[in-house]
Amino acid sequence: MLGQLPTPPVETPDVVWSALSPILALAVGAILLIMFRSIVKRMPEEYDATLTMLVGPVTVLAMWIVGGLVGTDVPLADLRDDVGEPAFYIGLALVLIVSALFVKALEIGFDAAFTVGVGLVSFAATVVVWQQHFRAQPITEEEFLAGVAPDFGGPIAAFGTQYGVDGFALVFGGVIALAVVLSALLFDDYLRREGIDGAEMYVLLMLSAAGGLIMAGSNDLIVLFLGLETLSIAVYVMAAMHTKRTESLESGLKYFILGAFSSAFLLYGMAMIYGATGSLNLVGIRIYLESVIILDNAMLLAGFALLLVGLGFKVAAVPFHAWTPDVYQGAPTPVVAFMASAVKAAAFAALVRVFYLAFIDFRDDWQPVIYAMAVLTLLVGAFLAIVQRDAKRMLAYSSIGHAGFILVGVQAATERGVASVVFYAAAYTFMVVGSFGVLSVVSGRGDRASSLDDLNGLNRRSPVLAFALTLFLLGQAGVPLTTGFVAKFEVLSAAVDARSYWLAVIAMISAVVSAFLYLRIVLSMYLGTVDEDAEPISVHPTAALAIGVALVLTIGFGLVPGPIDQLANDAILALAG
Amino acid sequence: MEVGTDWYLVLSAILFSIGAVGLLIRRNPLVMFMCVELMLNAVNVSFVAMGAELNDVSGQVAVFFVLVVAAVEVVVGLALVVAVNRRRQRATADDISVLRG
Repeated sequence: MLGQLPTPPVETPDVVWSALSPILALAVGAILLIMFRSIVKRMPEEYDATLTMLVGPVTVLAMWIVGGLVGTDVPLADLRDDVGEPAFYIGLALVLIVSALFVKALEIGFDAAFTVGVGLVSFAATVVVWQQHFRAQPITEEEFLAGVAPDFGGPIAAFGTQYGVDGFALVFGGVIALAVVLSALLFDDYLRREGIDGAEMYVLLMLSAAGGLIMAGSNDLIVLFLGLETLSIAVYVMAAMHTKRTESLESGLKYFILGAFSSAFLLYGMAMIYGATGSLNLVGIRIYLESVIILDNAMLLAGFALLLVGLGFKVAAVPFHAWTPDVYQGAPTPVVAFMASAVKAAAFAALVRVFYLAFIDFRDDWQPVIYAMAVLTLLVGAFLAIVQRDAKRMLAYSSIGHAGFILVGVQAATERGVASVVFYAAAYTFMVVGSFGVLSVVSGRGDRASSLDDLNGLNRRSPVLAFALTLFLLGQAGVPLTTGFVAKFEVLSAAVDARSYWLAVIAMISAVVSAFLYLRIVLSMYLGTVDEDAEPISVHPTAALAIGVALVLTIGFGLVPGPIDQLANDAILALAG
Repeated sequence: MEVGTDWYLVLSAILFSIGAVGLLIRRNPLVMFMCVELMLNAVNVSFVAMGAELNDVSGQVAVFFVLVVAAVEVVVGLALVVAVNRRRQRATADDISVLRG
């Protein structure tokens, strides 16, 4: 009898797989890697990872060809039409061969090569989605007649109304994918130096980045929570991965306990928002807040506060920053590079997404709180960084200070503020990966030499590293001709636009204080004394590549900030569904 | 006396506070994990009560996701405690203090 009862149709969400491809690349890559490495425990000695790293470009090429076959717009299509198909494909093949020779010179391990490949695929997928859905020009008349949808800049409801892909999510996705590539290159050097076997670190890196991408595009509070946990739980383990070092275990445990504590607050905030608005979906929340006059909004305000506590922990905003110095000091340095770049960027993406998109009608209630948090974060970050003796601890406080700058952009709660957050997060990602990359190389086996005194006279031991660290520190200080300057300028002008004059003044004071600190380190690197028998530092090619790429991005976009600025302005934040 | 939604919300707030205070004052990492679990389950009580009040299913669905995440957190947390205990015999939060500024 039961079998004959009519079952109501189950509503399944519409899934746009192509828009999800950046996340899928990372998640599937992680699963493939752990499955393969649980069968093949140890790669043969003579194995050459060149082919593995080329998996990325080859996949991209395949995507282009498939895209060309099914008739959608492919990247570089204009170039292909200009030079003709044979020349175009021969050129691509030449690029592949040259990069193969280049990769061979890197002496990269299999796992790192695979991860770099997956990161590049995810980045390329982000670019493809961007080009197909967020075209720089409005569509032409012919295209309109040919049936191209005029959804310029519009968000894609990629997974029902739960996950939306908009320009904002895509830019953050691209930044996180690049952070994965650079971190994997740093891991390769670090893990071999420390004698840690196994692919777990890389698998966790990719899974964590997938969580970050989910956060950046979440359109629903529960999806946001799942993304956050995917991101965080993987990073807890990564921090504790160096099980032979007590510091690493301790930092992992501390990060875990405080992280779980903050997630509970975040979740309680979500429950409050749900109770007050009757929806967990950002669209539903916004519609409710727009249309209903709430007489008793205690529950809603409690929800805002608890959400801010939870996200404040993740972005390391004062007064929720207590874990940052300990964790950054104890965790393996390349992991810290990932934490300070991708994790922070993803948390800021989530913060802006929820508060700017869903709670914009109540901005008078949450802006002052973020204002206060920004002031505290700026001052604590700048002044406590000065008194530190350990380089990683110092950079941890400096990263708290940078979170304060980004909060200045969040506080503005304008379109310009959002663009400045995007710009700052992207610029800071590369500066901080580079800084921690240099520290990882300098501090040597077991991260022993991580005190600021160990940087004394670095110029004698390795002029190149000293030069690179100088530029990264100048970038963080906000010296012109680096991305750091443009980023600080954008954030401050957004704050002035929003009439937060005092906040802008405090931010400038904090910038001056931290500039003093950075310049002191630069001076000690060039003028400090060093033991006569101090060995010159040799840099492994993979670490050198990561530091070099970060340097080129920091200086290149500092000299020509136009493209990334345009990108930040195009990164339109919108709700799908 | 009728037990309404408010009662459940108050219960949830009390449980959450017990968990938060417990995490702050207890020194044993295992007990601290239990406190986190208590906080997460307090949130679950809120979700269920509000879902029932609003006659909306997404509150109940949220609970399943929270349960799964809580289980995952325990797995990772216990693994970390085991790893720390291998290095040193006693593991209270006060003994874990190599890192300080």
